[in-house]
Amino acid sequence: MLESQPLLCARAVTKVFPGTVALDGVDFTLRAGEVHALLGENGAGKSTLIKCLSGALRRDDGDILLEGKAIDPRSTLEAQDLGIGCVYQEVNLLPNLTVAENLFLGHQPTRFGMVRTRVMNEKARACLAQYDLDIDVTRNLDSYSVAIRQVIAIARAVSLSGKVLILDEPTASLDAHEVAMLFKVVRSLRDRGLGIVFISHFLDQVFEISDSLTILRNGQLVGSERAANIDRVQLVNMMLGRELQQETRSTGRTDVRTGSPAIRFRSFGRARRVAPFDLDIREGEVIGMAGLLGSGRTETAELLFGIAPHDSGSAEDGEGRLRLDSPRAAIAHGFGFCPEDRKSDGIIGDLSVRENIILALQARLGWMRALPAREQAAMVKDFIRKLDIRTSDMEKPVGQLSGGNQQKVILARWLATNPRFLILDEPTRGIDVGAHAEIIRLIEDLCEKGMSLLVISSEFDELVTYSHRVIVVRDRRHVAELTGAEITTESMVASIAATGSQGDAA
Amino acid sequence: MNARLLPLLATVAIFLAAYAICYAQFPAMLSTRVIGNLLTDNAFLGIVAVGMTFVILSGGIDLSVGAVIAFSGVFIAVVLRETNLPPPLVFLLLLAITTSFGAFMGAVIHYLEMPPFIVTLAGMFLARGAAYLLTLDSVPITHPVFSQIQDLYYLMPGGGRLTLIGGLMLAVVLGGMLLAHRTRFGTNVYALGGGVQAARLMGVPVGRTTIAIYALSGMLAGLSGIVFAIYTSAGYPLATVGVELDAIAAVVIGGTLLTGGSGYIFGTFIGVMIMGLIQTYIIFDGTLSSWWTKIVIGILLFSFIVLQKGLVWISSRERVRPAGAK
Amino acid sequence: MNAGIRALGRIAPQLATLAAILILVAAVFPGFFDISLANGRLYGSPIDILNRGAPVALLAIGMTLVIATRGIDLSVGAVMAISGAVAASAIAQGLGLAATLALALGAGLLCGIWNGILVAVLGIQPIVATLILMVAGRGIAQLITEGAILTFSHPGLLFIGGGTIAGLPMPVFIWIITGLLVGLIVRRTALGLLIESIGVNLRASRLAGINTKILLVAVYMASGLCAAMAGVIAAADIRGADANNAGLWLELDAILAVVIGGTSLLGGRFSILASLIGAMIIQSVNTGILLSGFPPEFNLLIKATIILIILVLQSPRMVAAFRAGRRVRKTAEAKEESAFS
Repeated sequence: MLESQPLLCARAVTKVFPGTVALDGVDFTLRAGEVHALLGENGAGKSTLIKCLSGALRRDDGDILLEGKAIDPRSTLEAQDLGIGCVYQEVNLLPNLTVAENLFLGHQPTRFGMVRTRVMNEKARACLAQYDLDIDVTRNLDSYSVAIRQVIAIARAVSLSGKVLILDEPTASLDAHEVAMLFKVVRSLRDRGLGIVFISHFLDQVFEISDSLTILRNGQLVGSERAANIDRVQLVNMMLGRELQQETRSTGRTDVRTGSPAIRFRSFGRARRVAPFDLDIREGEVIGMAGLLGSGRTETAELLFGIAPHDSGSAEDGEGRLRLDSPRAAIAHGFGFCPEDRKSDGIIGDLSVRENIILALQARLGWMRALPAREQAAMVKDFIRKLDIRTSDMEKPVGQLSGGNQQKVILARWLATNPRFLILDEPTRGIDVGAHAEIIRLIEDLCEKGMSLLVISSEFDELVTYSHRVIVVRDRRHVAELTGAEITTESMVASIAATGSQGDAA
Repeated sequence: MNARLLPLLATVAIFLAAYAICYAQFPAMLSTRVIGNLLTDNAFLGIVAVGMTFVILSGGIDLSVGAVIAFSGVFIAVVLRETNLPPPLVFLLLLAITTSFGAFMGAVIHYLEMPPFIVTLAGMFLARGAAYLLTLDSVPITHPVFSQIQDLYYLMPGGGRLTLIGGLMLAVVLGGMLLAHRTRFGTNVYALGGGVQAARLMGVPVGRTTIAIYALSGMLAGLSGIVFAIYTSAGYPLATVGVELDAIAAVVIGGTLLTGGSGYIFGTFIGVMIMGLIQTYIIFDGTLSSWWTKIVIGILLFSFIVLQKGLVWISSRERVRPAGAK
Repeated sequence: MNAGIRALGRIAPQLATLAAILILVAAVFPGFFDISLANGRLYGSPIDILNRGAPVALLAIGMTLVIATRGIDLSVGAVMAISGAVAASAIAQGLGLAATLALALGAGLLCGIWNGILVAVLGIQPIVATLILMVAGRGIAQLITEGAILTFSHPGLLFIGGGTIAGLPMPVFIWIITGLLVGLIVRRTALGLLIESIGVNLRASRLAGINTKILLVAVYMASGLCAAMAGVIAAADIRGADANNAGLWLELDAILAVVIGGTSLLGGRFSILASLIGAMIIQSVNTGILLSGFPPEFNLLIKATIILIILVLQSPRMVAAFRAGRRVRKTAEAKEESAFS
């Protein structure tokens, strides 16, 4: 087949943020009339790449060519004028304006300075008709579902740019019908000759819609393939950074805990978040949770900790039913939770290391019973030493520490409450190799002391090292449970990549 | 029906119901005379409330307007007393000052990223201070043009007088409606209230729009000051204390969301009329005291804030529900 | 002690500002620092500042807690009017001093609960929620006084506004003791930490198990209580409850006192001591302008200018520019160092 000139071509694009190299010499080639999926876990560099392409960020090095001509968009508006439009995950339209206003904001047809509302609405209807969308364009955007808003956002981007369309996780909160509708739109645009970049964590969708795939990991290009030439297992391995050749034979821990479960969850679930599941937690047991981003792994953690309270099922321990409808209630039952998004859910940035560490314990004691200063200092010093938290001073604002040390501070916060069940969501993400090993050692120590842990991680090798059992989540449901010798990275990858029960969501 | 019309309809319904109650008790209240007075007495509040609506629609607030009105009255009175400048020129000069003052506050808000609440609070002190600087006393305005303007009215059937300043308020309301609902600037104001980040991404000139909004509010506060000077024939630096609160209350009772992004200029007009109606009722009744105005306005404020909170809550519930599940 | 030095460093800018203003006033008005004793009572401008500044100082105490949670309380001026009216009408109906004070302070607490519920339970923006009481509050106060200025002559109640203990006016004692007490409570218990935590990151605080709703209601109650005390003092001072003018615009002065005290409107770290100094700065400016012979019409303009300067210096952009400047200098120094090594 004669390869035509690529529509959009990025060569050796590099972007450095203080402390990290977000993109390290990445190449990316998009042809006209194709849907090109961009894949990778959190922090792989996908969003940085599309931000460089769409003008939201300026690259530090490398070239971007549009139809063979070098471009250097300094803003999203400039990129839009060049022909590159972008639709972000959280739809960037204005919910308080009408559909027509959203489509034409800044480009409304006017006469004598007055917007010609009737003409604008007419044009809006005509524009949306191309997408088989027949809706009342004079209503506010927020009276429509996310799927329709996505289509409207796409329509705006296409009408303003018209060559390249970047879709950043457009299907994240859509159901099967809505995904089908969206894909119909995407296919028709592809057939009109647009180049479409598609980002999604749902592998089924990626294979359904994409012509080509590009995989990033840790800011580097892992590979770029035609979709037809790659299978799911290869893809998951590439995303997780494992080559098929260097498969490790290691399996999970064999010292299986057999005691009766300390905490029992029965058909625990919440509509549209996580399908009901059963889960038994034994004393001193590490349960791993494997799944890709958006699979329902974080949702499970938030359910167990009462952040998004369950609406079905129940939890009980030896003494009776547990009420888990708020974090406070969960903490009262001896639960702890280190969230994935440390910045917004974990650290209290302006407060000191000491205050962050004692916070959960203090909250449990109540405001009247302040921990004496000496006790605080002793406890904090102890944690700083035990967890090797690198800080010049325990009074330093925690926001100034590195990611790994912030993670350890939050761990210390929960260890101070001496929990019986601790949930860790991606405890090793975004932290350096040394701290990484220490956190894994710590997880093993804690379980030796009889604490039960649920560890969510996309580092499957890591899960193999410390888990007694591994739960695999996909499409917001728990799909497999592996124990002992069954725990291998291959089996986890296979469970995630398996197609199957996904059909019943539709 | 569009859900965003609901608060506006509620406002209109409350106004009509309130007027019906008034009429049932005092049939004399349904006359063009009363309506004419309602428009004249509340002209300055109506004008400044239109400017406040733009500010609040964009997600901001302007606490300086009451002080700017007082400054305007004092400025007009003192300049007319001290110089021989013709009144129209004085008016123009004043509007230029208050408009630049508003634009300056807008620029500080945008470029220094300071909260509008604090910036316009400082603006309120500045404007009031400037008024004190001109005079500490009430300065009467004796220029013949003023009494001529006061005597200008259109005699409505039934003997009511639509005065020039009442008509001016109606014109400002109409102009505000056109500006808000029929121009790109108006849509940009709503866009800012919907979300500054999203608006910027969609190409709204955030800085220019912010400055223009506060400049508009400053200009209308100046215009309101002119109207107030005509209405009272005097300039007094202690006048119109707390008018910014009345204006904000009128905007909220008019169905505009205090967090920005949703509301109508016409609603604000009705809000002003409701507040005027309460006062008129109290005057007609004769036994009730004026403090009931404040309490009733507080109750109305509370009801509208809760109503809007409820609407936001309902629409967010609807959004979560799957649209595809038919 | 280390903590002592740090605390001193925290209030240093406010102390310096206060000192600068006082010295400036003293330069223009030489007799400024003179204090004399007559009839067992101290007289002099410094005493006057402490005394006149009492209402704003009291309001600033409660306002500091509210602002630390990332809130704001616009209703305190109206609450002052309400509690003054309650006190005047209770004493007029022959209730005892204790019952009168309990009723007046109770009214303030009730207002605080109302604001707190709107903010914490209904989730209404603080500025919007407290606006309701700001507008309606004066109406309620007038309802209690029935529109008139309710005067009273109960010696016990008057003592609160004009009495002296050990030569110092009673209001000075009240605000200093309240400030000390609240300061001690928030710093000796965990309350201060929990409040700051909510102000910095509400969601993370909830996840750490803090009962955010109760705490939010509590700070608005504290603010209501402080406003009620200020209201009783203001009423006792003029021997009557003036529903129209009591505490008028003092909410703005209180907010300014807190902001001048260095507590960010975005919540988090707070210092009650710094806010109190902020209140004294505002009162010193007021008294100073009066004393130094400037015509009073300059008062607002000068006040506005001083406040603008302080606020602009504290604005996020300025702070960022200042930090960036320092960082550039630091990295430049580091480069030089590495070049030499």
